[in-house]
Amino acid sequence: MDDNKTPAQDIFERWRSITSARIGLMRSGQGISTRVMLEFQIAFAQARDAVHSRLDTAALANALGSDTIVTHSAAPDRIAYLMDPGLGRRLASDAVIAGDAFEAVIVVADGLSATAVQRHAPEIVHALRAHMSDWKIAPIVIAEQARVAIGDDIGSRFGADLVIVLIGERPGLSAADSVGAYLTWAPLVGRSDSERNCVSNIRHPGGLHPQIGAANIAWLAEAARGGRLTGIGLKDRFVGPAELESTTPPSIGDDPNAG
Amino acid sequence: MPAYSTDISGTRYRFANVRAVLSAASPDRSGDRLAGLAATSDIERVAARLVLADMPLQVFREDMVIPYEDDEVTRLIVDGFDAQAFAPISHLTVGEFRNWLLDNGTSGELITSTCSALMPEMAAAVSKLMRNQDLIAVARKIEVVKTFRTTVGLPGRLSTRLQPNHPTDSPEGIAASMLDGLLLGSGDAVIGVNPASDSTARAGELLRLIDEFRVALEIPTQSCVLTHVTNTMELVESGAPVDLTFQSIAGTQAANRGFGIDLNILAEAQEATLSLRRNPSSDTVMYFETGQGSALSADAHHGVDQQTLEARAYAVARRFNPFLVNTVVGFIGPEYLFDGKQITRAALEDHFCGKLLGLPMGVDVCYTNHASADQDDMDTLLTVLAVAGVHFVMGVPGADDIMLNYQSTSFHDALYVRDVLSLKPAPEFETWLFDRALMGPDGRIARHSNQNLVNELIGRLPDGR
Repeated sequence: MDDNKTPAQDIFERWRSITSARIGLMRSGQGISTRVMLEFQIAFAQARDAVHSRLDTAALANALGSDTIVTHSAAPDRIAYLMDPGLGRRLASDAVIAGDAFEAVIVVADGLSATAVQRHAPEIVHALRAHMSDWKIAPIVIAEQARVAIGDDIGSRFGADLVIVLIGERPGLSAADSVGAYLTWAPLVGRSDSERNCVSNIRHPGGLHPQIGAANIAWLAEAARGGRLTGIGLKDRFVGPAELESTTPPSIGDDPNAG
Repeated sequence: MPAYSTDISGTRYRFANVRAVLSAASPDRSGDRLAGLAATSDIERVAARLVLADMPLQVFREDMVIPYEDDEVTRLIVDGFDAQAFAPISHLTVGEFRNWLLDNGTSGELITSTCSALMPEMAAAVSKLMRNQDLIAVARKIEVVKTFRTTVGLPGRLSTRLQPNHPTDSPEGIAASMLDGLLLGSGDAVIGVNPASDSTARAGELLRLIDEFRVALEIPTQSCVLTHVTNTMELVESGAPVDLTFQSIAGTQAANRGFGIDLNILAEAQEATLSLRRNPSSDTVMYFETGQGSALSADAHHGVDQQTLEARAYAVARRFNPFLVNTVVGFIGPEYLFDGKQITRAALEDHFCGKLLGLPMGVDVCYTNHASADQDDMDTLLTVLAVAGVHFVMGVPGADDIMLNYQSTSFHDALYVRDVLSLKPAPEFETWLFDRALMGPDGRIARHSNQNLVNELIGRLPDGR
């Protein structure tokens, strides 16, 4: 390959440990060099594959290490899930979810990346349990082919004050394993997105560290309990310990300029 | 309610109302199928277009797609209609309107003066009778020029939003992407960050970071942190350097409620932002984003097809005299726009309808990893949009947005399209690039950056202090 370095790219060395953004790429004319283009295609192929990955519910339940309930949305398969989001927001008609009045329910949902929750949900859940020891928390619900709003259905069946949905975010090129956390006070089918708070990009390495993510979620949960609401009326004023933020380079294309 | 029908080869096709005609006439897309609104066959789609072509434009003033009393966006559209400006075309059918728009005797100025208060449903209707080349040819005629610190929308210019997002809002990470973009000539429409966090404190920090950088290096551009409008209003109150106030908007009152806004909130935000007088000579301080499918996504579509609702969102935007409007066309996913073909069509429709309604239209040429699209689709779309005269596109490092997890256009993509179509950045920004030797005499971005400037830029960055 005909790639050659330019002086400009060297100035980005110092930031490569801070950001996985594709900065300082080698140019060919106005465009990018062959090597850079092909590295993009590797990442794209990996992201496409992550979208179609399947949740291993047994392994996940084992890693969560406590009472769990495995359930399924109304979407029979991934294609139906992708083409009709409504199916992923509802429980399957044969789903059995009910329980005593719990204060909080934690739902672990595959979303658009089962890889993400498979990898990070256990650490987040363990940390949440520690932070939220004064909450009466229902058994953890594992939901397949699920979207965020499935938490409304699940939370209301438990009569819970708060539902926390940990869900695999849409895979990007540098991160196919980001978890998003959505908090909804007084979950009820039909809640709108503006009635939720979100902590996004939880992953390690490269994103918001699961420990900090969990602390942020717990902060929001406490604030939600205080104000008895979530959504745009609840401003996220959590201040995380900056020194714990992830600073590890991305796993894909560590050295995008290697010629 | 009048019914509409037409006969093709002995079969009669009937449509209950204007809404049904518009839905069935729309080019095929997954979102309309999902809503149960799409034509059930290709021939039914053409039948709807035949009906639409013969429909007088006046019909849209009588048969509302969403009732006046149910929806404040309809009330905005109806109450803001300018019958006097509309008079020259008030006798036309939708089919004749298409011919009029394409006619060599119809200049961009005439279109602008006639359509300044056009109903968005009329814009959507005519777009459904237009092929892609028609959408390009007419949009290209229309000039919408807006000025804040730069001037966007001039002929022969293509601007970019520098989008230096970072998954943890790291100031250092954002600054690094910003530096890369500036060295590659990006950022003349706006330097705009999507924050990962809802925190107003962090949004304020990011605004100050960009603003200090801009002031120190005398970069002629504007900055924006794309957080909820209520957060931005808090920032305005706290004295943060808010150049532009951002908000996502949609074409129905109920969908806007899903975004946590209404017209009053937008009006308050506009007023508050104007009161800062960040650029005393500019009265255009709003930045809106839209995208087909947002109303259906919020279950707030009232049985109206997604492209017509998108055009209605432009009526909301128009009310607040925005500096920038951006249709984030491929972001929403395959349930609304399935593949590269549908994304391309929707982008051209949005760009055309926005321009027709007088807006400075940018397009986020983009796709997600769960849609059936790739870089080749985006190259084609970027090229045709630039031919159509798009105001701005995004500039993301390597096309990979590491916070929002989707692919948009890169800094290099903008260089490519400017080069092949001889387009330049906004004039103020072009002068800055040239004076700082980032741009060579040939109008191309220099291969080797001005080292003095690079060092100065680095010195201003958080990690270089």
